[in-house]
Amino acid sequence: MLLIHCPYCNQTLPEAEFTYAGEAHIARPADPSSVSDEEWRDFLFIRTNVKGPHYERWRHFYGCGRYFNAVRDTVSDRFLITYKTDDPRPELSKLLEKSK
Amino acid sequence: MSSFRVSGRGRVDHTQPIQFTFDGKKIKGFKGDTVASALLANGIHLMGRSFKYHRPRGAVTAGSEEPNALVGTRRGPGRFEPNTRATVQEIWDGLQVNSQNRYPSLSFDVGAINDKAYMLFSAGFYYKTFMWPKSFWDKVYEPFIRAAAGLGVSPTEPDPDHYASRYLHTDVLIIGAGPAGLAAALTAARAGSRVTLVDENPEAGGSLLSEPSVMIEDIPAWDWVAKTVAELKELGVKLMTRTTAIGYYHQNFVGLCEKLTDHLASPDGETPRERMWRVRAKQVVLAQGALEKPLVFDGNDRPGVMLAGSAQTYLNRYGVRVGDKAVIVTSHDSAWYAAFDLADAGTAIAAIVDTRAEPNADLVAEATKRGIRIMAGHTVTGTEGRLRVKSVRVNPVTGSSVGAPEIIGCDCLLMSGGWTPSLHLFSHTKGTLKWDEERQTFLPDHKAEECEIAGAGRGLWGIEAVLNDGAKMGAAAVKSLGKTAKAASYAVAHDRPGTGVSHKELPTDLDAGKARAFVDYQNDVTAKDLRLAVREGMRSIEHVKRYTTNGMATDQGKMSNINGLNIASDALGVPQPKVGLTTFRPPYTPTTFGAFCGYHKGSHFEVTRKTPIDSWAEENGAAYEPVSLWRRAWYFPKEGEDMHAAVDRECRATRASVGIFDASTLGKIEVVGPDAVEFMNRMYTNPWTKLAPGRARYGLLLGDDGFIRDDGVIGRLADDRFHVTTTTGGAARVLNMMEDYLQTEWPDLDVWLTSTTEQWATIALNGPNARKVLEPFVEGLDMSDEAFPHMSVAECRVGGFPARLFRISFTGEVGFEVNVPAHAGRALWEMLFEAGKKYDICPYGTETMHVLRAEKGYIIVGQDTDGTVTPHDAGLSWAIGKMKPDFVGKRGLARPDLVAEGRKQLIGLLTEDGKTKLEEGAQIVLDPNQPKPMKMVGHVTSSYHSDAAGRPIAMALLEDGFNRMGETIYIPMPDRVIKATVTGTVFYDPEGARLKL
Amino acid sequence: MTHFSALSLIKNALSGQKNWEPQWPDSEPKAEYDVIIVGAGGHGLGAAYYLAKEHGITNVAVIDKGWLGGGNTGRNTTIIRSNYLYDESAKLYDHALDLWDGLSQELNYNVMYSQRGVLMLAHNVHDVQSFQRHVHANRLNGVDNVWLSAEEAKEYCPPLDISPTARYPVVGAALQRRAGTARHDAVAWGYARGAAARGVDIIQNCPVTAIRRGPDGRVTGVETAKGFIGAKKVAVSAAGHTSVVMDTAGVRMPLESYPLQALVSEPIKPIFPCVVMSNSVHAYISQSDKGELVIGSGTDQYTSYSQRGGLPLIEHTVAAICEIFPIFNRMRMLRKWGGIVDVTPDRSAILGKTPVPGLYVNCGWGTGGFKATPGAAHTLAWTVAKDDPHPANAPFTLERFSTGRLIDEAAAAAVAH
Repeated sequence: MLLIHCPYCNQTLPEAEFTYAGEAHIARPADPSSVSDEEWRDFLFIRTNVKGPHYERWRHFYGCGRYFNAVRDTVSDRFLITYKTDDPRPELSKLLEKSK
Repeated sequence: MSSFRVSGRGRVDHTQPIQFTFDGKKIKGFKGDTVASALLANGIHLMGRSFKYHRPRGAVTAGSEEPNALVGTRRGPGRFEPNTRATVQEIWDGLQVNSQNRYPSLSFDVGAINDKAYMLFSAGFYYKTFMWPKSFWDKVYEPFIRAAAGLGVSPTEPDPDHYASRYLHTDVLIIGAGPAGLAAALTAARAGSRVTLVDENPEAGGSLLSEPSVMIEDIPAWDWVAKTVAELKELGVKLMTRTTAIGYYHQNFVGLCEKLTDHLASPDGETPRERMWRVRAKQVVLAQGALEKPLVFDGNDRPGVMLAGSAQTYLNRYGVRVGDKAVIVTSHDSAWYAAFDLADAGTAIAAIVDTRAEPNADLVAEATKRGIRIMAGHTVTGTEGRLRVKSVRVNPVTGSSVGAPEIIGCDCLLMSGGWTPSLHLFSHTKGTLKWDEERQTFLPDHKAEECEIAGAGRGLWGIEAVLNDGAKMGAAAVKSLGKTAKAASYAVAHDRPGTGVSHKELPTDLDAGKARAFVDYQNDVTAKDLRLAVREGMRSIEHVKRYTTNGMATDQGKMSNINGLNIASDALGVPQPKVGLTTFRPPYTPTTFGAFCGYHKGSHFEVTRKTPIDSWAEENGAAYEPVSLWRRAWYFPKEGEDMHAAVDRECRATRASVGIFDASTLGKIEVVGPDAVEFMNRMYTNPWTKLAPGRARYGLLLGDDGFIRDDGVIGRLADDRFHVTTTTGGAARVLNMMEDYLQTEWPDLDVWLTSTTEQWATIALNGPNARKVLEPFVEGLDMSDEAFPHMSVAECRVGGFPARLFRISFTGEVGFEVNVPAHAGRALWEMLFEAGKKYDICPYGTETMHVLRAEKGYIIVGQDTDGTVTPHDAGLSWAIGKMKPDFVGKRGLARPDLVAEGRKQLIGLLTEDGKTKLEEGAQIVLDPNQPKPMKMVGHVTSSYHSDAAGRPIAMALLEDGFNRMGETIYIPMPDRVIKATVTGTVFYDPEGARLKL
Repeated sequence: MTHFSALSLIKNALSGQKNWEPQWPDSEPKAEYDVIIVGAGGHGLGAAYYLAKEHGITNVAVIDKGWLGGGNTGRNTTIIRSNYLYDESAKLYDHALDLWDGLSQELNYNVMYSQRGVLMLAHNVHDVQSFQRHVHANRLNGVDNVWLSAEEAKEYCPPLDISPTARYPVVGAALQRRAGTARHDAVAWGYARGAAARGVDIIQNCPVTAIRRGPDGRVTGVETAKGFIGAKKVAVSAAGHTSVVMDTAGVRMPLESYPLQALVSEPIKPIFPCVVMSNSVHAYISQSDKGELVIGSGTDQYTSYSQRGGLPLIEHTVAAICEIFPIFNRMRMLRKWGGIVDVTPDRSAILGKTPVPGLYVNCGWGTGGFKATPGAAHTLAWTVAKDDPHPANAPFTLERFSTGRLIDEAAAAAVAH
């Protein structure tokens, strides 16, 4: 059971309150009709699935209900940061620096 | 009492005799005894049989790591459990204990024939044979192997006990209440931390309980334990005994299993048998100590052969001498102290055999003082005795040469191969280990969690060293919490420090290939098996383990892993750290399933959702069906009716006059805000802009892959407010999907989403008389066809309750759905039902709802669609707002395969004989005479007997179905082939005339 | 290679077991191979075996970052069945089932394929509809799968609780009698031994760090901990880690890797005669030949390579099993563990060519890869040898995610009423 910090509630709470929502920063194309089948596939299905720091989404489902983003190391399951959806994508090098 | 019980000795209560049975025989012990200590007190060593060879076995340990002494324990009906460790189970009056894996009796077991053929049953033998003839595996070999395997027998009755679970938050969780754990707890608690201290034993003290002669801070060890425990309680430390830390999970989440009643003669019935604690600790101190290693030599498994430390425990904790005449064989100093304690208690020590040429001089002096024969630089090469060891074969070793044997008589052989730090929980965290060359063992290296390891768990030895380390680690844990603590320094007198060496198998003068030198006792894995595995190319320790099953017994390698590693490493000619260690897995010791289940059993396994009207249905004899988490009224059988008759009647009554249906399970979502209509336009396939307030529309929801996800009627209550309904099972999924798009893709939209499923009770009235029943209850609404036509919605009052009234139909009849606050649901239902009696109102359930909708060709998402169906496939192209620039699924629908010709499409089917009802799920072919595998072109999705059509009807997904109207297709059943004609999906009132008032 | 037989066992027993040979050598890599297979699990070793045996391609290396059979091959619950819904799946899994039948004899290695039957429990009307669809489709595909009433299911599996008051009452079941279990390690070892005997190099503890491509885009070999190894063709069969390996060749995959947990009880005498699965409660159970109850569950909710998994999921799984089999409530859990499974959007495998010439992939088996082992191995070998898929794996392309021609076993079991 992970402990997860909700950036909206500003509280660190057990995983049971949250649902995982897949990789983050995959924006739905603004004009879907203009993209190719391959680009649409990339949006729908292609995932980086990294082994290491992973940009991903969670939802504080049994709490405030908000989606937020996180960087979690998929090897240790340790969160490097969680942040609001409209916050800029944090730079990995800085996060790694900070976690040391 | 037998001569093996030492009067006045140990922590058992000599004034409280207890009687239990072992294989039906009455056995006496004292309160505080385990099954094993009580049996040993009665001179009984034979307690079990091994897995493969059925060799007679006795307790080799005094703790939870026991591999041999596994028994069945029973407390009356339903309360039986196999494979209980006799070394852990406390006795109580009336406890029934039975030995296992033997027939007909423990002392005479026909299965022991396997032992004679042991040369055949080498490691991995079963991979090499039992292959001919092929059919024999399932019928002959496997049943034989299965019957021989297993240990105890399964329980056969449901468990009458209950289990509990709880959360606990603590600053410092200390696992192990031995000297290190007690010192750590004291340090942390004195510094003001919230401390939880757990131990699997019935009382705190750990190894101190076996060392009464040690003096700590000038008082005897036991007094120090008592004083410390008292102070801990004073300081508010939560001390939990009979509590095992089973697993160490992410971010200092630790699972504890607390045993509450297994030691009681008469549990009160209220107390749960076990309780699972889910602990979140800021800091964890692992003070689990070390486990003693057996030595590996021929015959090291006979009853009476036991770990020296365990014999010391039996004496000092339980007041039991494990024999009258003992031989000690050791490679570590610790066994010498066991010998001294036993000698002082009256057991003759025939010899101390030390594998080291020059044992510690002080120990030698102590032994000499007691007149004990010392055989330094010796090895043990065999034992004799059928059901109990009766002699030991001892040889001198000089360099690599083993001299002539001497046979020494005894009734117990106490061994010590040194001690292995207990690092199981540390390993659960994926913390890394490093090999310690000096101690010949693995020690903790990099930590993956916020924890400290204290005492023998990190290779320290001797009470003083361990106490001081515990204090130090307790202080370290507190310091990590931002507090300061002072680590006390303990002075210990009569301490028993020591060192030792590590061995692979002991050297022998006999043919090592014939030695029965056991490494994993329970699984009968010998040193020879390990070497064979290596010879056969198993180079990784995981391969060796899996090929031989070493370490896979119920002790999970606690006894066998390090010895196995040493032998494999020797056979491979590769140092231990390069061979590696197998991963320790939770739980630390075998843990009752019931404790994992906790409260989640029976009706609490998962909630059953019930509507506000459910109780009425129950009172009126409804049959129920589960639909996702809900239970829904399926049909309302009258006396003597089966489902078919009831459903026909309900259908008929509804179409003839009026039916009433509880639709409260429908998912309901309130979509509100200035951008609500834009949100709906983007989310659903349909156009919403022109839908006027007060009107409703069928809405279709796709995934962005273009396939149908959900549907439902959606009413527009105001410019900025929609009442969305979803399928019963889809409610949560749809809201989640809406929130996802709203929050993350379209944050520009000002919209609020609220689940209102449980806020509203929904009552559907359908049938030509539906309006007549309803109208008298409606206030503030003109219900005429003109003012309130089909597909309308209005806010009004119904039966005095605020309501949202829809005029919609899922039956093809005039229909209304009344939403009133949930608390008013049953009251309104009863009012309507009472008023409807003059129209022969008929309550109907989900089955009738299904039939009525199928007669009209209305689909059910999830039944007539399966996640690969597009709107076009389902005949719902009309529901797509083609002028809209975008909606969820629009781009997906344009993909090549989704616009291809000949996709499976939803059509109707009528069986040609007009009588046969197709089976839902039945497959369709065009040529019934083709060989298997047949080319299937579709399947039946819905099939019912239709009272209205006077015949069975069906819907199906059929390849190129829209172009096959009127064609005959075939449904091959096991016993015959059914012919059916492809039709449209509307079987009743195709013009929709009945929807008008 | 020593032929295994009762006779060889007796002979070796008499000579003190000293004359057994290694079942496979631990090879050092050559400079170049015709084919390199990344991942020495059952699928990869099996592919090497069939490449050598059926296609005459023996200059093959199977390379693994750890020990052979140490991934999901050695961590699964060993269930074998082929009663899948879609024709494409049924065909591929049944191809595997045909190969399972006789695999011990083929490999001269007893993989203990035990056709004890797999029972899939239906708990509601939706399950019945869905399973009946399976049963009918399987029958016409020549796949054995029959429908049982609740009483018949109990007769087949006596520990089953079929009382109608249960929270998840059993209303019927689909039974595939030819389905069952096998000894997972033996499958890897048997294929390894068979492949090695035909000249295949098995290179363990040698992580592949990158797939190399030439200027023309073709695969040229792999970069490993032991240096570059050249190859004309590379097949990636590295369950759990496919995305990581494929990424080095510039191929991005529609995969996510999830922890999957399983557990065993303490061993008991035979009580459980078959395999039982319940999709509604997300749990399945069988009893191993050793006597342990082997229990599996669904994946944890978040992607992870940690092989750890959490406690809540296991609690739910055990509760589900005890709900259906209340007599096991006092049994004890002996050990639980985790694997990493890579999951595709439609829950069906990807097995075939990739956009990179000379690069092949076998992945996405999700929670069900073990049962496919011989079929996946056999068709992967075929695809690599002929640079063209076998009919059984032809639909399982990577392209289907662009065209939309999914094989959606997950959606087929959609629950949506």
